Formats: sequence, structure tokens, C-alpha cells
Amino acid sequence: MSRTTYSRALEILDDVCIGCSHCMKVCPTEALRVSDGKAIIHADWCIDCGECYRICPNRAIRVMDDDFKQIYNYKHRVLLVPSVFFAQFDDSVPREKIYHIIGELGFTEVCAVEQSVDSLTDEVNEYVRNAQKPVISSFCPAIIRLIQVRFPSLVDHIMQLLPPIEITAQYYKNKFAKAGIPESDLGIFYLTPCIAKIAAVKSPVGGYTSPINGVINMDFFFNKVYLVYKQRLPVSGNISINGELSSKGILYPTTGGESANVEGRTLAIDGMSNVIDFLEILENEEIDGVDFLELRACDQSCAGGILSHRNRFLTAESMKKYAATAPDYHKLTLDYQRYTSAVVHMDRIEPRSMVKYDRDIDAALRKMERARELRELFPGIDCGACGAPSCEALAEDIVKGQSEINACIFLRTLYEKRGELQLEEAIKIMERIWGRSRFDKKL
Amino acid sequence: MKLEYKVEGGDFTAAGFASSQIKKILKQLNIDPSVIKRVVIALYEAEVNIVAHAYRGVIKAHIESGGITLTLEDEGPGIPDVEMAMTPGFSTATKAVREMGFGAGMGLPNISENADSFNIETIVGKGTTLTIGIKFK
Repeated sequence: MSRTTYSRALEILDDVCIGCSHCMKVCPTEALRVSDGKAIIHADWCIDCGECYRICPNRAIRVMDDDFKQIYNYKHRVLLVPSVFFAQFDDSVPREKIYHIIGELGFTEVCAVEQSVDSLTDEVNEYVRNAQKPVISSFCPAIIRLIQVRFPSLVDHIMQLLPPIEITAQYYKNKFAKAGIPESDLGIFYLTPCIAKIAAVKSPVGGYTSPINGVINMDFFFNKVYLVYKQRLPVSGNISINGELSSKGILYPTTGGESANVEGRTLAIDGMSNVIDFLEILENEEIDGVDFLELRACDQSCAGGILSHRNRFLTAESMKKYAATAPDYHKLTLDYQRYTSAVVHMDRIEPRSMVKYDRDIDAALRKMERARELRELFPGIDCGACGAPSCEALAEDIVKGQSEINACIFLRTLYEKRGELQLEEAIKIMERIWGRSRFDKKL
Repeated sequence: MKLEYKVEGGDFTAAGFASSQIKKILKQLNIDPSVIKRVVIALYEAEVNIVAHAYRGVIKAHIESGGITLTLEDEGPGIPDVEMAMTPGFSTATKAVREMGFGAGMGLPNISENADSFNIETIVGKGTTLTIGIKFK
């Protein structure tokens, strides 16, 4: 199992991981296994959704964000801040103060990520009018990757328009170029509420290259900002603030905030398992007459983002309160409109094959049949004691030569009873899966 | 590989189980998504036909490297006029069935359109057997 291909945003820290298997149980693509007492990611299957990070009780999963110090490689350091960031603080912390602290922490300019939403909305409506229905939003990168891996027949439904973050980033690149500032002097950084967006910037889909120079982890950055706020450290206020944002923009990352702007029959669905259920029936062609689907991996969308530390419902509430005080349109909308249509398009997104059994269909059929026979032997309780997330996954692993029948604790007990397996061997198998140290108990 | 699924007449809430299962298997075999789509559409239509019109039935799927053969055998009223049933838009579905969004006709023509081979055998008062073949390449 390689760890490099697709999993650009996550890494398991072997020295911290205790192989507790919590992550293995929540992975929507069954991309995790436990071997030798450590979790292992099957990189080709990982969609960077971050569910494993969310559940890990030991903080053994590292987000592959960028080193904060690298911002100083640039003379102009722009931080693109999503509206969900302000909602991480309770309502008594003034936004102005947060902006100034961001400046104190090293940025020369801040800009609202969702500034591009107003001009993007027109493009989306134009696109939806002419596209194959239903159009699936391209906003959530975890959903794009989920469709690539688990629903390849639906990739052509994904809207071939860039998400707001990329348009805002391109706007900034253009703005600085126009001002005659050399490209090497400009560093554009994105403060991310989720892991999938790191993957989206580092390995984007649709034949696109992002102008974003680095991604900052919102959880980490919140702590930095809040510490300055709490300690009342002096703040000079040397930062250029571009906080132009409409109510539409603020609400865009919340559930329903995107679909509300699209004409026709739309649905907004959040939460990984809800989205998967819906995509199953969409794939079966059981859905008729829907024009646009806003699909988000996290419950409460970005308010429930993996790197959003505050309770998702309070976060979403704060965003709604913020939106209620904002104007319907902002001053830069026209400026954005002039140039959005030229940069907003991306290419078709390619499916990503999971290769469950084998690339060769004859071999795949043979292995699949063998796996079905094996499943009859297993207890069907998906206990995970074999180091695979389900009896079905274990059967698949065995026929691919990545596990063995004896990995099943039920069968092992049976073999021991029959005298076909010695206790010593059984313990060795347990140690191979869960690690030797687990069995060093001094009672 | 051979698979078998039972279908109960009138059980609309369970309709689509066989097509979902077969879809999952074909995806795991890395079959071209456009082919899977045809299999799912044809099978789902045929499955719903049993639910809507017959008393009970059995779906048999035979998957080989070249393609899939689906046999849907039902115990039911049979089709008195197959030619009429193959006409787009023709329907004998009851009002209750139509109100659930099923039975608007188009079942059989849609199945045959998505299949590479299609055969229908029916005995009035006894039942109907559909055979649907779809090649993988």
C-alpha cells in the first residue's frame, strides 16, 4: 500500500498512532486498514474527506498544511479568509479586531474568500441552463473526490466551474499583476476549514493549477489569533483589509447557501452518508427533474468542517447573524464580473478507478467469486478484529493476497478448537495485526 | 458468477434492491460506467414490472467476462398482447400504481433499448420471463 499517490492532505503519524481502528470504521471508501498496530491509508482510495482525522482520539493524523513561516518568502502576503473563520469566535469578538490580529501575525492584506460568489452566481445559472441535469456543485472537494472514486458514472454531472476560493485567488493574482508587482513577490494563502480543500489546492482536478501558494490550517490559526486576543497583546493595525462581502457570500459555505442562488429545482444535502445515499439513487436514474444539487461532505457544510473547532450549529448560527448585517451586494461585484467569465471554467473531471479486485475482468470475476465464498465463512458482524473494516473488506483483502483467513478471530477460535491451529500461532497473528506491544501486559 | 434475487409483487419500497446489488458488483469489476448505467436502467425497469404486475418473481444474473445475462421469471398474469406492451406509452398499470410514480408505460421498450439482446416469453395466466443480455464491450 503506497502512501503517496492521492492522499495529499493527510498523513498518519506512526509514532503516535495506537492502531485503535476508529478511523477504519468511519472511512467512506474503506481506504484504511490496521496492520502491525498502526493504521495504513490506501492512498488511491482516499478522498481526503478527513473523517478519520475528525474521529482520531489520539491526534495521530496530521494535516499536510503548509509551514506557517513560509509566508515570509513573499513581500506581499495575502490571506484569503473564509466567512466560517469569523464564526469560530463568539459574537463578542469584533471582526475588525480579528483582521488586525491577522496583520500582526504576519499578513499584509486580508480578503474575504467568498467575495467572488456574487459574480460566480450568474455564471452558475448560465451553466445550469445549458448543462446535463442535475448539475452537481463543484464547491466541496471531498464530494468531487467521492464521485470520482465511488460514482464514476456521475463525473459528467459535476459543474465545470471553479469554486469561489479559486476565483478570488485569481482575482488577487490579476490585481497585483495590474499594479506591476512581480509574481514572485506575491504570496496568496488560504485559511482552510477543511482537509479536502488542501488536497484541492495541492492536486486540483479539471486540468487546473491553483495560484494559491500555501494553505493554512484554520484550527491552528484560530489558536494563534485567539491567543493574541486573550493576552491583549499590542496590535499595530498595519494591514490592508478587503472585507467586501455580501450576505450571499457569507452564507454560501452554509447548507443551502449555494442552492438558494440557483434557479430551478434545487436540493441541498449535507453529511457524507446522506450524500452517498442520494448519489446511489441518482446513479440508478431514480431522480427526475432536479436542476442543481448542492452536496457537502460535512454535516452543516463548512460550519461543520474538519478544522472548524466550534460546535457546528453555533458556527452556522453566527454565520447567519453575520449575513443579516451584510449588504445584498458588495462594491467589488462589478469588478469581479468584468473578469470572472474568463477564468471560471475548468475541464471535465476524470473518474478515479478504485480497482477493487483486478484490472483484468476475468481475474476480477474469479477473485470476486472467491471473496463471496469466503464471506459465507465469516461471521458478518464487521467487528474489525482482523484489521479490515468489514467481513466483506477482509474477503477482498484475502483474495488480493493482502490478508489471510486466519485473520478472522472467529475462524481462528474454530481452528484452535479443532486442533488445527496452535495457541502460539494464533497469538502471533493477533500481534501481526494489532502490534506486539499491545500484548505486553504485566498483570 | 451467478446471482439470484427474489422479488415480491406489490413491494414497491423494496424494488430496486437487485439492481443496486448488481450495480455494486459491476462497479467493483470496473465495468465501463456507461454500460453499468444501461444494465441498471434495464434491470430496474424489469424489476419494477414484476413488483407492479406480477405476484412474485426471481431475478437471475449471470456475469461473465464478456457481459451480463439477466433472466427475470415471474408468476403473474402474463402479457396478452406483447406487441402492444412494446409500444412506448402503452400501460396497463392500475391507478394506485401510477400514483406512486410507476407504470407510465415505456417499461419494455426502454428495457429493450438498453439491452444488446432482449427476449420475452409469456403465458397468459401463468407468467412472463424476460431475458436481457448486455455486453461489457
